[in-house]
Amino acid sequence: MSELRELYQEVILDHNKNPRNFREMTPHSHHATGHNPLCGDKLELYLKIENGMIEDISFIGSGCAISTSSASLMTQFLKGKSIKDTRKYFECFHDLVTGKPLSDNDLEDLGKLAVFGGVQEFPARVKCAILSWHTLINALETTNETAKTE
Amino acid sequence: MFDIKKIRKDFPILSKEIYGKPLIYADNAASTQKPQPVIDSIVDLYSNNYANIHRGVHYLSRESTKLYESARETVQKFIQAASAREIVFVRGATEAINLVASSYLEPRLNAGDEILLSEMEHHSNIIPWQLLAERHQAKLSIIPLLENGDLDFSQVPRLLNSRVKMVAITQMSNSLGTINKLDTLVQRAHDLGIPVLVDGAQSIAHFPIDVQALDCDFFVFSGHKIYGPTGIGVLYAKQIFLESMRPYQGGGDMILDVSFEKTEFNEIPYKFEAGTPNISGAIALSSALNYVSALGLQNIDRYERELLAYATKQFEQIEGLRIIGKARNKGSIISFVLEGIHPHDVGTIMDMEGVAVRTGHHCTQPVMECYQVPATTRVSLAFYNTKAEIDSICSAILKVKELMG
Repeated sequence: MSELRELYQEVILDHNKNPRNFREMTPHSHHATGHNPLCGDKLELYLKIENGMIEDISFIGSGCAISTSSASLMTQFLKGKSIKDTRKYFECFHDLVTGKPLSDNDLEDLGKLAVFGGVQEFPARVKCAILSWHTLINALETTNETAKTE
Repeated sequence: MFDIKKIRKDFPILSKEIYGKPLIYADNAASTQKPQPVIDSIVDLYSNNYANIHRGVHYLSRESTKLYESARETVQKFIQAASAREIVFVRGATEAINLVASSYLEPRLNAGDEILLSEMEHHSNIIPWQLLAERHQAKLSIIPLLENGDLDFSQVPRLLNSRVKMVAITQMSNSLGTINKLDTLVQRAHDLGIPVLVDGAQSIAHFPIDVQALDCDFFVFSGHKIYGPTGIGVLYAKQIFLESMRPYQGGGDMILDVSFEKTEFNEIPYKFEAGTPNISGAIALSSALNYVSALGLQNIDRYERELLAYATKQFEQIEGLRIIGKARNKGSIISFVLEGIHPHDVGTIMDMEGVAVRTGHHCTQPVMECYQVPATTRVSLAFYNTKAEIDSICSAILKVKELMG
């Protein structure tokens, strides 16, 4: 059970039950859809970006506890951050959930997102944790395509 | 009647432990485990009798051919086909459906024609027809699902009309467990001269099949869902259909005489088996069918219905659990959702308890759409499962609820 407790930490369960920034956003400057066809996870991500800063970020959709809480924590984490750093955060988060070694600095940068470290023990769930991040990258590149992690 | 302890010993994998817990394998609708005789038949073929079939004059080629062709006869008897010539070995149910779409229906399909399917079809009995329909400006029409998981056969008289050129329907739903009684549909279709393909991918492992009594024109199934290996499956087609169909793929073994000007094709069923086939697969499939026959499909059916009734009763006592699909006649499949908990989380936590279940849309997205759920957790039982395992599955579900709060 210990790996499961590690995976489903209180923070994750809390954000699953009460996702933050869970709303549509109009108007927004950026938007993308994320979809995990195998699980049926689907989310819409909205951003308001001004002068290279993420002024506001929100999402709606349905998914498992890992994908919902990951999206919720990501929006909290990114609000007020500069978009030029998002790629770096994406890569750190990716390394975290796939079990690649992270420097103490990187881990510190990720802050609360470190709770997703338990995902690395569950390779089948990496795509759940990473869905919102792929969607973010798509939204920023405004490809308007559906992000997939399959 | 059913010595479950002895039966379980036949399946080596069932004694495996997962994360230190005894494996409870409840993903049988996706694929079944293999009994020792099936495993042995593959080892025996390669150790003692293997060579390519239908060509060599040498001893091993004759032995191999004999085993391969006698596998065809085993299949014929298993599904009560009139002749072994009506049995085509393919890779699986998916390839069989694609074969019928391409070799039978494509040359006969015109713009405005319709192909009648049901709302509970597996994607493999939707996409081949959809691709074909797109190429010929034909369209799919659909027998809808009812709330309880039965098909609304009352719509059939309206849907079956002279534009319909093919009916393709499952005998048992892989996501709901519903068993479809198809005789009236087959008869109505035949009254209008429309052929019927029955997808037996699920039904084949659960109750006796008699393709002549069913009077379907095509019947398809996969070996791996009836305790045989992957990569082997069967297309049954009435001889009159097979003889009228164009080849599926070109290659060796499906020809009688070849020149660059013209090729004379082999007789059925060889005309549809281009290239060296899955020889060991066919032979191991026949071992699987013999194994199942020895247990007796009537006995399997009776035992699995008992398991299903018990599991349904136990599941219904779990608060917040909703069973998706409550058809009157069901095979041993229970799809369910837990209030407020996503199936994917359910699957991960059950896995840690040693319980293998499938979560997701089960390749039946239209069914999920119909029930307005993104996915379900599916417990699919086989004759080697036990009531004690169902109790453990229930405990695992309770653990999910506890952990996810």
